[in-house]
Amino acid sequence: MSLFKRSEKNDSAAVEQSSAEFPLRTPSARQRIMRFFNTPRIVGKMSVVGEKESKGPMGKYFSKCETDDKMGEKTFERAEIRMVDTAVRGAIRDARLGIDDIDVMVSGDLLNQMTTSSYAVRDLGIPHIGIYGACSTMTEGLMLAASLVDSGYYKNVVCAASSHFATAERQFRYPLEYGCQRPPYAQWTVTGAGASVVSTNNAQTERFPKIVAAIPGLITDYGVNDLNNMGAAMAPAALDTMYTMLTQSGFTENDFDMIVTGDLGKLGSDILRDLMRERGIRLGQNYIDCGNIIYDVDQKCYQGGSGCACSATIFNSYIMDKLTSGEFKRIAYLATGALMSTQSCYQGETIPCISHAVIVESPFGGEK
Amino acid sequence: MSQNTNAVKARNERYNKYVETVTPKTSIPKALFHSFAVGGLTCVIGQGIGDIVKLISPTMPNDMVSNITSMILVTVAILFTGLGFFDVIARQGGAGSFLPITGFANAMASASMEFKTEGLIFGTSVKLFSVVGPVVVNGIVWSTVAGLINLLILGMK
Repeated sequence: MSLFKRSEKNDSAAVEQSSAEFPLRTPSARQRIMRFFNTPRIVGKMSVVGEKESKGPMGKYFSKCETDDKMGEKTFERAEIRMVDTAVRGAIRDARLGIDDIDVMVSGDLLNQMTTSSYAVRDLGIPHIGIYGACSTMTEGLMLAASLVDSGYYKNVVCAASSHFATAERQFRYPLEYGCQRPPYAQWTVTGAGASVVSTNNAQTERFPKIVAAIPGLITDYGVNDLNNMGAAMAPAALDTMYTMLTQSGFTENDFDMIVTGDLGKLGSDILRDLMRERGIRLGQNYIDCGNIIYDVDQKCYQGGSGCACSATIFNSYIMDKLTSGEFKRIAYLATGALMSTQSCYQGETIPCISHAVIVESPFGGEK
Repeated sequence: MSQNTNAVKARNERYNKYVETVTPKTSIPKALFHSFAVGGLTCVIGQGIGDIVKLISPTMPNDMVSNITSMILVTVAILFTGLGFFDVIARQGGAGSFLPITGFANAMASASMEFKTEGLIFGTSVKLFSVVGPVVVNGIVWSTVAGLINLLILGMK
């Protein structure tokens, strides 16, 4: 089967030898797509957001809104832990399972040493695999959960991702009340947490959306070193994964009811459209960016939302709702992440970015 | 590894140039006007406070008047930071709110509030100068340099 064939060609060129203005790295015959033949199902989901997100255009789709930034806890970090806890418990309840039915949890967040996930799991008591993919954590989690379930090692895996404006701001930028001006291309970290339960495909779970394929991302660095311009830094990573997906999955861009990117924001998604057009692929109405749609223009969030929760909450609300109802037959979900730290940027390094893709199909007629 | 090859370098340069053309920029005349308005207003208020202090006690030396004015401005800035107004003003004001003494007060107060959760010693005390540290360090270094130049050129007086 060609799917598992390894490429024999040793590609020494760093970038492809094409006339493209922004050539990709090593367009070898390497098959990057993972196909899940046992089609793991996403049986439960939950999204928790903060007040600002609930007032945005997507507000009506979210399962729960926390009106208090601290949620009655002592610190913002505790509040984020509580959001993860709520989201995970909610997703498990939504899947009509108990905590003891869950075999493992795959989760991550933005904070150093992934404290949020670890502390949340400490209270939950589920075996834990911690992952760090910055804002791409949700797709990374879904991909790993799907492969764990598809291979038959586990029956039910829950994956989660979270971020909080106040905790991210303190770690990556300035104190909250510090009066600084943001550049017009900055983004706003989403406060929220999303969780989904991935289960094996059987008679009970047949009516749920299925994960059919996934593509692990390639670290892509086009030499952007502005900490505030995340959209421009991450767009090439999305380009790489999206181009690989469209060339290797056998689907064209029109076969998807929705192509969703994580948190490129307005600027980043415009750049991605430009980059794709240059490769002869036109992203039309079926392309949306979670960062672009989560806030209203008048909410003063500049280019839109960012953070793990940005795409995690939208996927676990709006997208999953439409997939479950059959309105979307097939979607591609590519979340992008910028894998820098504040130190690495001050040391003059550029921003390496990654984008993982997951293709999810509705149970009602995946073929188009 | 491959970040150093010429093809990648050329591509990155092209990409950065392209990004620069599509990235929205701050409108300079607007930003200048805003910072002039906010900074100027701060100074006018400071002058007003100084004049009032002078009216209340006409015999007070000028040094004392300016000290009291600064203290009042700093207190008000810290109060505004705590109440959450300051960053709203600063978002419009930019350098106009950052350059006067009120900006310094805001930077210290915001850091001490932010890191209060880690305790008085490891939070507030350690992080108090996290934002204003560069200002303090550069202030000391360059005033030392200026003093040395003064000493060399004009000699001890």
